[in-house]
Amino acid sequence: MTEEFEPKIVGFLCNWCSYAGADLAGVSRIQYPPNLRIIRVMCSGRVDPAFILEAFRSGADGVLIAGCHPGDCHYIAGNYKAQRRGILLKKLLEQFGVEPQRLKIEFVSASEGAKFAAVVKEMVETIKKLGPSPLKVQMEGLTYASG
Amino acid sequence: MEQSQKETSRIGVFICHCGINIGGVVNVPEVVEYAKTLPDVVYAEDNLYTCSSDGLNKIKESIAKYNLNRVIVASCTPRTHEPLFRATCEEAGVNKYLFEMANIREHCSWAHMHEHERATEKAKDIVRMAVAKARLLQPQTEPEIDVTPSALVIGGGISGIIAALCLADQRFKVSLVEKEPELGGMLRNLHKLYPTMQDASEGLEHFIQAVKSNKSIDVFTSTVVKEVKGFIGNFKVTLQKGNSETANLDIGTIVVATGATIFEPVGMYGYGEHENVITQLQLERLLKEGQLKKPEKVVMIQCVGSREEKGRTYCSRVCCMTALKNAMFIRELYPETDVYLLYRDLQTYGQHYEHHHREAQEKGIRFIKYAQEKPPEVVAGKNGKLEVNVYHALLGEQIKIESDLVVLSTPLIQHKDAKELSKMLKVPLGSDGFFFEAHVKLRPIEFATDGIYVCGTAHSPKDTAESVSQAFGVASRAAIPMALKRLRTEAITALVDEDLCSGCRICEAVCEYSAIEMQEKEGKQTSKVLEALCKGCGTCGASCPTGAITMRHFTDNQLVAQVRAAPQVAKEVTKHD
Ligand SMILES: Cc1cc2nc3c(=O)[nH]c(=O)nc-3n(C[C@H](O)[C@H](O)[C@H](O)COP(=O)(O)OP(=O)(O)OC[C@H]3O[C@@H](n4cnc5c(N)ncnc54)[C@H](O)[C@@H]3O)c2cc1C
Ligand code: SF4
Ligand code: SF4
Ligand code: SF4
Ligand code: FES
Repeated sequence: MTEEFEPKIVGFLCNWCSYAGADLAGVSRIQYPPNLRIIRVMCSGRVDPAFILEAFRSGADGVLIAGCHPGDCHYIAGNYKAQRRGILLKKLLEQFGVEPQRLKIEFVSASEGAKFAAVVKEMVETIKKLGPSPLKVQMEGLTYASG
Repeated sequence: MEQSQKETSRIGVFICHCGINIGGVVNVPEVVEYAKTLPDVVYAEDNLYTCSSDGLNKIKESIAKYNLNRVIVASCTPRTHEPLFRATCEEAGVNKYLFEMANIREHCSWAHMHEHERATEKAKDIVRMAVAKARLLQPQTEPEIDVTPSALVIGGGISGIIAALCLADQRFKVSLVEKEPELGGMLRNLHKLYPTMQDASEGLEHFIQAVKSNKSIDVFTSTVVKEVKGFIGNFKVTLQKGNSETANLDIGTIVVATGATIFEPVGMYGYGEHENVITQLQLERLLKEGQLKKPEKVVMIQCVGSREEKGRTYCSRVCCMTALKNAMFIRELYPETDVYLLYRDLQTYGQHYEHHHREAQEKGIRFIKYAQEKPPEVVAGKNGKLEVNVYHALLGEQIKIESDLVVLSTPLIQHKDAKELSKMLKVPLGSDGFFFEAHVKLRPIEFATDGIYVCGTAHSPKDTAESVSQAFGVASRAAIPMALKRLRTEAITALVDEDLCSGCRICEAVCEYSAIEMQEKEGKQTSKVLEALCKGCGTCGASCPTGAITMRHFTDNQLVAQVRAAPQVAKEVTKHD
């Protein structure tokens, strides 16, 4: 019970920029908290809003979508689409009682290992302050009730 | 559907220690034991180095022995090692799209070196997510494409020239594009080149003539690249000369050899204010044209705008040797002239350069070490001279030099228009502004994007010999796809289920590659993917309201399975399964 809350964060990283940025953070031995679970997609434009809702429903405390910087998307404009969807989704999450800060959309290039680590660190701190996702708390309530 | 796959998937998991790179942080045997508890995993083992021939053989043997039809390697990043493991699977008769990689090195052990327990838990999670995806993987066939046997070399400096000649030697057609009216690049401005001290123009002229007389090479001067479309083997490139004239080229592979320019230190050490404060590049021109009037005292200042705390943090690599070289030429030309070299650290690295340092000391060049936090000051002195005040960091005293010429060593920096080119080619620039390779050690002269390569100072500051060796390297890398003539491309494309499609045309609107066409079938409008044009970005899949689009190898099912597997806690799963 006294254990500190360690948020679980699901990250969708595009193959060409952000996944490579996360690789570089490792190669450069930049240390950041081990709370993120990374899912590789070819482009941040691939991230269906349904995946994000699914992540929260499955118990994630936060979701990160990281893609190339504006103008750098390997597929021209997938990152703009991801960003636009993200803004809409934040509103939707709010209606579910999920704080919009739990969804983060970031631009991380292949050379920004340090930025990637900083993004994760900051996100972990933000979510630690927010506490466990309200959806997760509700769901846990459900499991207890039924079992 | 899940049910039938559950029966057919037989997954083998190979978990790598990578020496101590992973094993020193993550408890690998514990992860192996955990992997064995995951659904459809029929075999799991650890390897000291999974990518060694021993490790690869173990994968092949286990595929046969345990009748595996899915393989997971938990080790480093797929961005470097996936092709190797995929090839191993293929050799053992497993389609390469039934391979999945779990990145527990770059994304785990290297990033959490002091948190052994939590890194181990994370590694288990990563393996669990890979298993969740692997269970649902489907074999794919890769379409074959023809490769146009013609290369585009962008930039006509020494790197581009050598790369072009070397590609032409291999009987490929080359288009060499130079934005200036003349070929030659930076070397056209230089006097003599260290370490041999031969005339910069001497070697250059010979190569320029060789390019011009080579029938396989088309030279486009005063020309820039306006547009690049397509992909490896089939690039469509538009060139622009002046405002109107354009050429359209079919290109197989592309070499970026656009070089670099130097930093103009306006406002530093009186540059732009006093006429006799110049850059090394200006000094090169004066020496080359024999126009350097005899100075009494010359002061050279190193690291002007390089190795900074923020911004240009890098060492420009060529300036220390350039300064030594030019200091010695001045002493040779005017033996009575005193030359002072104010440096922070002298980077006379490598095989040939340290002896130039010694030689310069013997030739009476005066070296003064200054500290970054106490840089020298240049102010107007008497009789049009300059007064240089410097704190001698080794002697610990303030020194004043009455000088009539101050020469600043400024770093090579990227061209302003590099950003534009990087966007056109879809290749990245690093934080220092230079073109950024796919991997510093393993793929140093190519981009992550297939079919595009980089050499010379476009990539980072380097001298001519280093640029030329990269140019040779690039010419051989860029030749491979063209020599093969045919290539297999990624099978990651979109697929429309006509029964589910409502004909809303959203996918058509979001696709940047016009890869989606509407078709009429049995009185119904449905969308259709033109596979040759589809790049597999998945944007259409994420936008389709009816779920009619499947992204091969990144299907909704596979990604959702990964998502669901992510937030679970490793221990709980063990308990429940
Ligand atoms: C002051 C100074 C002194 C030096 N002294 C030495 C020395 O003594 N010995 C030594 O070995 N090295 C020396 N060097 C380094 C040497 O200049 C470089 O290593 C060499 O020029 C690199 O060649 P490159 O072809 O890669 O680039 P560059 O020579 O810069 O050539 C690049 C070419 O690409 C063209 N280009 C740029 N952008 C585009 C575009 N978008 N489209 C089309 N074309 C484009 C440019 O106009 C240029 O012609 C010195 C450098 C400097 C600055
Ligand atoms: S090579 Fe240039 S940047 Fe590097 S230490 Fe010497 S002067 Fe400074
Ligand atoms: S978005 Fe989906 S439903 Fe709409 S046309 Fe495309 S495939 Fe059909
Ligand atoms: S995956 Fe991307 S390129 Fe292919 S059809 Fe869909 S949007 Fe177009
Ligand atoms: S490829 Fe990185 S966001 Fe599209």
